[in-house]
Amino acid sequence: MSQATAASVAGRAAAKRRRNYARRYVWFVVPAAVVIIAVILFPWIFTIYVSAFDWRLGGERRWVGFANYEQLFTDARFGWAVLRTIFYTSLAVVLPMLLGLAAALSFNRKFPLRGLARTIFILPMMATPVAVALVWTMMFHPQLGVLNWLLVQFGLPPSLWVYSADTVIPTLVLVEVWHWTPLVMLLILGGLASLPIDPYEAAKIDGASPWQAFRYITLPLLAPFIVVALIIRTIDALKAFDTIYVITQGGPGQASETINIFLYLQAFAFYNVGYASAVVMVFFILIMALAALLLWTRERVRMT
Amino acid sequence: MRKLRRLAENIGFGLAVFVLIAPAILVFLWMLSLSLKNELDNTAWPPVFIPNPPTLNNYRDVFARNDFVLYAWNSIIVSFGATLLALVIGVPAGYGIAKMRAMRAAALILIARITPGLSYLIPLFLLFQWLEMTGTLWPIVITHLVITVPIVVWVMISFFEGLPTELEEAALVDGATIWQAFRHVALPLARPGITVATILAFIFSWNNFVFAMVLAGRETRTLPVAVNNMLTFEQISWGPLSAAALLVTLPVLLLTLLAQKQIVAGLTAGGVKGV
Repeated sequence: MSQATAASVAGRAAAKRRRNYARRYVWFVVPAAVVIIAVILFPWIFTIYVSAFDWRLGGERRWVGFANYEQLFTDARFGWAVLRTIFYTSLAVVLPMLLGLAAALSFNRKFPLRGLARTIFILPMMATPVAVALVWTMMFHPQLGVLNWLLVQFGLPPSLWVYSADTVIPTLVLVEVWHWTPLVMLLILGGLASLPIDPYEAAKIDGASPWQAFRYITLPLLAPFIVVALIIRTIDALKAFDTIYVITQGGPGQASETINIFLYLQAFAFYNVGYASAVVMVFFILIMALAALLLWTRERVRMT
Repeated sequence: MRKLRRLAENIGFGLAVFVLIAPAILVFLWMLSLSLKNELDNTAWPPVFIPNPPTLNNYRDVFARNDFVLYAWNSIIVSFGATLLALVIGVPAGYGIAKMRAMRAAALILIARITPGLSYLIPLFLLFQWLEMTGTLWPIVITHLVITVPIVVWVMISFFEGLPTELEEAALVDGATIWQAFRHVALPLARPGITVATILAFIFSWNNFVFAMVLAGRETRTLPVAVNNMLTFEQISWGPLSAAALLVTLPVLLLTLLAQKQIVAGLTAGGVKGV
């Protein structure tokens, strides 16, 4: 037996020992696994099943195969919901990312009362979405709302906010920006705290301007953290439901009906759970595809 | 000259920070202001900012009319129940996954993080209907596990991975079972991680709206659902509405103020390692 095989046999034995050693910990995971199968895995499998039926809540059900999916791809209302979701998500990703980056750079500097300012800044993230959405609803009131009063003070024309189809989605994005920019800030701030200081000293000696230091040192070193924040923000923006539902319920008309709202209405307002399940599956595939794409981006960022 | 420029820079920076935090201040103070004013002042134009005199009538209203205490109690049971259950099953699971380095199993949990809560509702709703459990708090507690279990497991994995293993190994060499090593060595060391997991799970369960909205009956509403219903039924009664909204979100805001460090640690650790 050659040395190499001996080594590999020994290695394999060691690996096996490690596996056996590790296997003893399986029982720690069993209770959680049962719960996860019950409340996460089972729903997915059951959703696939339900999506093959014309299934009315509290009514009859009929096997229809892929008919729900076929209907979905020709449903103009769903098509619009997808477009609105893309519009909403892109705004609700780009704006918090830019603002969050700016905020993280600001909070990374030392200044008086920084702790207090940071605490106030992250409060929106933890506030109950429904409670906050109610206050925004009152602030958006076209005649009596405080926001229109503020606009007028700054010499700007009052807006109809969520009461007009033209402004409803940007207005809802405003709430989302208010709510979730703090998380982006925290994720990037964590990255800033971990940056080494040597490159900055070297750049200073070489006479680099602050902008150059930011552009050629901070940004590249920060890129992995920015990508993680981007992934989390994109997923959360796609998931947005509470504030949209509370503030507009998809209105006026269907002007703010995103995929989530469409899905909710199909299932629990029209009791069309078979069709809604098909929506869930399509939405799931979209989210997973996007997540895979973003993870792939992260791998590339990590390598360069 | 240089001093002047420095000063201008500082003022500019101060203004920038103010612009960053102004929206948060505006919304929360406006919520407080609305809740302390009478209806006349709340609908006045131009808006009245400082309640004069402040009134607690809106709060009295909330408690008098809307079964608010019952809904608060429901919320407490659901959030504490879902958090406690998640800790009981999630802390050992985080430990086991960290020990086995079973990151692929952990990735399954992530699916719950990246998919909308709404997508779990149809099958679970049908299931609870079939089991005739609607009308009790159980369906709401169980669906909240969709949120709390992944949070706890995820925070605990990254926490247990960061713990030094020497102490446990010493205990195992001395003849302790792996359960004893977990119970008496790892668990006490993990207390800070458990605190983080508890706080985050509690907040996200407390804030959750969609599960209870679909599953709750008249008697089993949680606070976010109850408050949303107030909006639907009394369009322009802003005082009580703001008072109720503030009462709902006050516990989590106070928790955020008290445990800011843990929350930040949990969210960034879970976030950075999470995806």
